[in-house]
Amino acid sequence: MTSVENIFRTNEGAQEMRPRSEISAKEILREVGSVLRMSEAEVAKLGQMPADADEDQTMIINMGPQHPSTHGVLRLMLELQGEKVLRCKPIIGYLHTGMEKTGEELTYMQGGTNVTRMDYLSPLNNELVFSMAVEKLLGIENDIPERAVWMRMLLSELNRMSSHLLFLASNGMDLGAVSMMLYGWREREEVLRFFQKVTGLRMNHNFIRPGGVAADLPAGWRDDVLTILEMLPVRLAEYDILMTDQPIWRERLQGVGVITADEALALGTSGPILRSTGVAWDLRRDQPYLHYDKVEFDVIVGSYGDAFDRYAIRINEIRESIRIVHQVLDAMPLGDYRIQNKKVTPPPRARIDESMEALIHHFKIFTEGFKVPEGEVYAAIESPRGEIGCYIVSDGGPKPYRIHMRAPSFVNIQALPHMMRGGLVADAVAVISSIDPVLGEVDR
Amino acid sequence: MSDVEATPEAQPQLHGCPLSDSRGQTVVHPTRAQYVALMKKLLDGGYVMCSDLTATDYLTHSGRTLPDGIDAERFEVVVNLTAIATRDRIRVRVQVPESDPLLASLFDLWPGTEAMEREVFDMFGISFDGHPDLTRILMPEDWDGHPLRKDYSIGRIPVQFKGSNS
Repeated sequence: MTSVENIFRTNEGAQEMRPRSEISAKEILREVGSVLRMSEAEVAKLGQMPADADEDQTMIINMGPQHPSTHGVLRLMLELQGEKVLRCKPIIGYLHTGMEKTGEELTYMQGGTNVTRMDYLSPLNNELVFSMAVEKLLGIENDIPERAVWMRMLLSELNRMSSHLLFLASNGMDLGAVSMMLYGWREREEVLRFFQKVTGLRMNHNFIRPGGVAADLPAGWRDDVLTILEMLPVRLAEYDILMTDQPIWRERLQGVGVITADEALALGTSGPILRSTGVAWDLRRDQPYLHYDKVEFDVIVGSYGDAFDRYAIRINEIRESIRIVHQVLDAMPLGDYRIQNKKVTPPPRARIDESMEALIHHFKIFTEGFKVPEGEVYAAIESPRGEIGCYIVSDGGPKPYRIHMRAPSFVNIQALPHMMRGGLVADAVAVISSIDPVLGEVDR
Repeated sequence: MSDVEATPEAQPQLHGCPLSDSRGQTVVHPTRAQYVALMKKLLDGGYVMCSDLTATDYLTHSGRTLPDGIDAERFEVVVNLTAIATRDRIRVRVQVPESDPLLASLFDLWPGTEAMEREVFDMFGISFDGHPDLTRILMPEDWDGHPLRKDYSIGRIPVQFKGSNS
């Protein structure tokens, strides 16, 4: 409909990567990372680098949005010289569905169904951060019943396991370890089966809600969790034999997609990508939420900042999650699973049959929602992919005036051009995979 | 927070900008002129990570409370910074008027704000001076309007019922 001419006239310009002849030297330098706060020695080194090839020796190709190893609809424009990647630009937005706009139209009660669909591999973490932000606005964050808090931790850690297991599966497949694909999905399925038993759904649970959780744990939940906890260490040991110790696997990952700690911090990355550079930053330990200050676990850090470190961090984080879940099982108290605050919590089903007021109350809370005092708040937790944040502005009504999710993948994906530069196209697949982006939350 | 000085009006300040407290979280309110200088000081003061940069359109909610001396404008850019060493967080809220939606880019301080500023530009139409590649990021490049503005309609698809006459 709109001609190319019109696109450029809007002063916004095209999103694509442009050939070298059309852009200035400054822009090229920016793309190769010169503006990152490098030391003077590093910048000097950059100046001595042999100039990149002429345009007639390079070509710009699209990788994605339909490429299977781009984990969804990520589109990368790569400038190649032979097999070597000179420049890379991620182009996103193919999965944009305006979830932040939708969130302004949903009550706080309904909001969970919206945010849970953003990072669809760790839906419970999305719900958790949303609930924590709403609770902070309501001023009830310290009144959540103990059982609900421990249940949230249990679900959050199990979700971390299922997400990392899927990472192992897709990382394996991207690099040709196809049997890992099947193993990873198989183990993840065990965790999802438990989620189904607890929440009724395998994904997009809307189970963690402002004020607590939606329901109590079902009978026999402890045995189910213990089955998973007993199964996983054995399987993880198998993965070590299958992948970690294999020279072929190491060759594919070690030294690929290297990023330094300074670069990672400057780019705002978080989670396994930041930790792979040696920065021990884990919100569970550094800004504890729920009861993470009451459990013992290690923050796994890497030292080289390469794709192998990021793989090793994730596989070891599953082990740490197992440790945490064991402690959660020991600590799980009896009691209420949601706050008994009439303002936030609907009356129990049984009360509706006997009390007219309960029925009215139930009806009001589900049609109108509950009002949240005016204010703005930012809550952040450690999701499997990094810092997931929720910024909510309330104008005193039953719907958020503005809801913004700080998606870790959205920020982490900016590190791609820096990790890819100078690498091979075949390694590009390993690099994308090691970022572990979920395009649902990148585009929201 | 050793830099906090109490002024006679009991309005706490940080680097000359009023401070406020939002549900226990520290918020700084610089003017547009103070913005970059303040951010530079915060970066040098240990806030090495820019966690989040977003905006809010206060078109239909003008009655919010702001510290004295800060005039409410339609747009507000919100930046969340994290200090790794002190495990501290701070939020910066800067007012951006509707008539001149322009703010300095933080790209030179935190290169990681590149995508976030593009998202704010895409969704709110706030331009960032000094941003290297200010193009739309989530919407198609030939899209009209900025979806997260409050005067941008959410849009509906009419539902057709079987057998209805209208």
